[in-house]
Amino acid sequence: MLKSKSFRAGIHPPSSKITAGKPIERAKIPPFATILLLQHAGSPCKPLVKEGDEVKTGQKIGDSNSFVSAPVHSSISGVVREISTQQSPMGREVQGIIIESDGRDEWVRMNGIAPETASREELLGRIREAGIVGLGGGYPTHAKLSPREGKEIETLILNGAECESYVTADHRTMLEHNEKIIKGMKIIMKVLDAEKGFIGIEDNKMDAIKKMREAVEREGDKRIEVISLKTKYPQGEAGILVKAVLDREKPSGGHFYDIGVIVQNVSTAKAIYDAIYEGIPLIERVVTVTGDVKEPKNLLVRIGTPFRDLIEECGGFRGEVGKILKGGLMGGIAQWKEDVPTIKGTNCILVLGSEKSRLPEERSCIRCGRCVEVCPIGLIPTILGKLAFERRFEECQDYNILDCIGCGSCTYVCPSKIPIVQLIKYGKEEIRREAG
Amino acid sequence: MPELIVSPFPHIRDDVSIEKIMYSVIIALIPPTACGVYLFGVHAFYVIITCILSAVATEYVALRLMGRTFVMDGSAVITGLLLALCLPPRLPLWIAAIGAVFAIAFAKCAFGVLGYNIFNPALSGRAFLTISWPVEMTTWTKPLTYDAVTTATPLGLLKMQQITTPHINLALGNIGGCIGETSAIAILIGGVFLIAKRYIDWRTPLAYIATVGILMLLLGQDPIFHILAGGLFLGAFFMATDYVTTPITSEGRIIFSIGAGVIVVVIRLIGGYPEGVMFSILLMNAFTPLIDRHVKPRVFGVKRKRFFILPAEKEVEK
Repeated sequence: MLKSKSFRAGIHPPSSKITAGKPIERAKIPPFATILLLQHAGSPCKPLVKEGDEVKTGQKIGDSNSFVSAPVHSSISGVVREISTQQSPMGREVQGIIIESDGRDEWVRMNGIAPETASREELLGRIREAGIVGLGGGYPTHAKLSPREGKEIETLILNGAECESYVTADHRTMLEHNEKIIKGMKIIMKVLDAEKGFIGIEDNKMDAIKKMREAVEREGDKRIEVISLKTKYPQGEAGILVKAVLDREKPSGGHFYDIGVIVQNVSTAKAIYDAIYEGIPLIERVVTVTGDVKEPKNLLVRIGTPFRDLIEECGGFRGEVGKILKGGLMGGIAQWKEDVPTIKGTNCILVLGSEKSRLPEERSCIRCGRCVEVCPIGLIPTILGKLAFERRFEECQDYNILDCIGCGSCTYVCPSKIPIVQLIKYGKEEIRREAG
Repeated sequence: MPELIVSPFPHIRDDVSIEKIMYSVIIALIPPTACGVYLFGVHAFYVIITCILSAVATEYVALRLMGRTFVMDGSAVITGLLLALCLPPRLPLWIAAIGAVFAIAFAKCAFGVLGYNIFNPALSGRAFLTISWPVEMTTWTKPLTYDAVTTATPLGLLKMQQITTPHINLALGNIGGCIGETSAIAILIGGVFLIAKRYIDWRTPLAYIATVGILMLLLGQDPIFHILAGGLFLGAFFMATDYVTTPITSEGRIIFSIGAGVIVVVIRLIGGYPEGVMFSILLMNAFTPLIDRHVKPRVFGVKRKRFFILPAEKEVEK
């Protein structure tokens, strides 16, 4: 057995993947679905329907002319009740379309495409039309798969690391849909004209590694290789993953295109399979609903389903609720209300009881250097945080502030409980704002 | 609808705190402390208690005067204890108390709260006492006599009378010297505990001790003697590893330790004092901001290993 690949530094937070053994279940179709018009990085969509319109499942209801954007589709059939400002689980307010279900779930479907005979443009067009965005990061997939002129992409890496505690959505997808992932991967490789494909999976998911290897073998594609990665946070961050798999570093200030690599999430590859072979747009995804709920589950959820419905479907809160997170323990976004809708990038809804939600008291830095020791980028986080707090942004740049990937490892280990990663983020945002 | 707590990520923190680290250091100092009391008797114990109480009381008063809240984080206890461990066993208690007051008031609180001082407080206190009461600070007692029978330290014996002390005595500690510095083994036990807990960087004591050993060997001295004698072990494991006053990167810590090792050798072989650990660490403390400014880890995606960035180079890059 080959040794698992890894990267320098990083952390080992306690892992609680309590839903790893639970097969994906179909969640109930919600009575109301809220389809946000911005579920991705880039420009928001404009609504293509108006209040009172009837819509079908899979019907495109929002689109944009801008390149970095992806259309949105109705995830249920019913009537458009309202188009208004809604709270996004990403923390901001965006326009959303509220659809009331008619309970019939009637579909409109596109035709399937045979990827072997289809042209590159046809495949890319369908990926866009199906509203596919990165199911890890939320960047519109068709835009990511269109590198600038003159940049050759020779390698595709599928990200199956899933290094966040509690989250098992990708894990279950790899166990249950490994063939679709491989087929989706081959479509991406065709679009990119890539010569080599890797699937990186952390070694706490040996069953997924085995299943994926078997699927690759069945497919008989010699270009694809499954790589076992050491279980360590932030193994699933794209730059770190590329480093671990290929020992190549994304240049500071540069792009993955510069080193001939593109990273896609394994679940995105599965969504691409659905869009190409089956003609199904991205209207549902696997969400791990876990933590302090009575019955943690992996649910196949229609986009737009409110968090509240999903928590209820898992038996409701266990004990007194403290936080509801979109995402995992390390990088999750805390919600201030329960009725935010599921968006394309929601891999996990994590409920934390009040005991686990207690906020630590911040103290002054004792220069212990733990943040320096764990930073996978080689920064000096505590100094950066201090400089950013004092608005000394020029000096921040001398300390490579823009190279921070925001993984939060520094903040996790800090004995003084300083929110270092937020201070650095603030500095980065201010520098970018000043640069225009 | 339940009230939800909203806070930025990460939503889990490592189970470590300032208190946890500080009290671990105190636990690690128990072997040399116990050893010192066993070797030098009850007066050594009084010196230790005096230093700790004076240090904590001084910090309390100083922080109150500064209008800040006093937190019993254990750092003042460490300063008091470390100071006591590098004082002569029969030092008058009032001198010990003055040392602790100086260490906390001038070397620590004058710079603000925990985390801002430049020089190691315990060693600053000791340096102050060494200069102010040179006779009392160099009056050593014979171990296990529990009496005021004076003796000299092994380094003093070597420097003044060219007498060497057997290695085994240096390791065990039944020699003349400071309360907590004589037994290398006791200090090593505490140091290894802190390294195992990952509270101190193993590179620091290793680089420091290795530098002294290798240089002494090259200069024709007995390296084992020089490693075990004096305050090198206590300094290497407990003072050169002080977070606040030493570099923040492991590369910087190695440079710090090598520098301190060189200074120890120079003082022991050429200088007027028989021992140089205290001054070596204090001098390198002064270099810490400079080291931190220029020694940075290699940044991901940046090609060269850039230890030193020259101003001219920076211009070119822009």
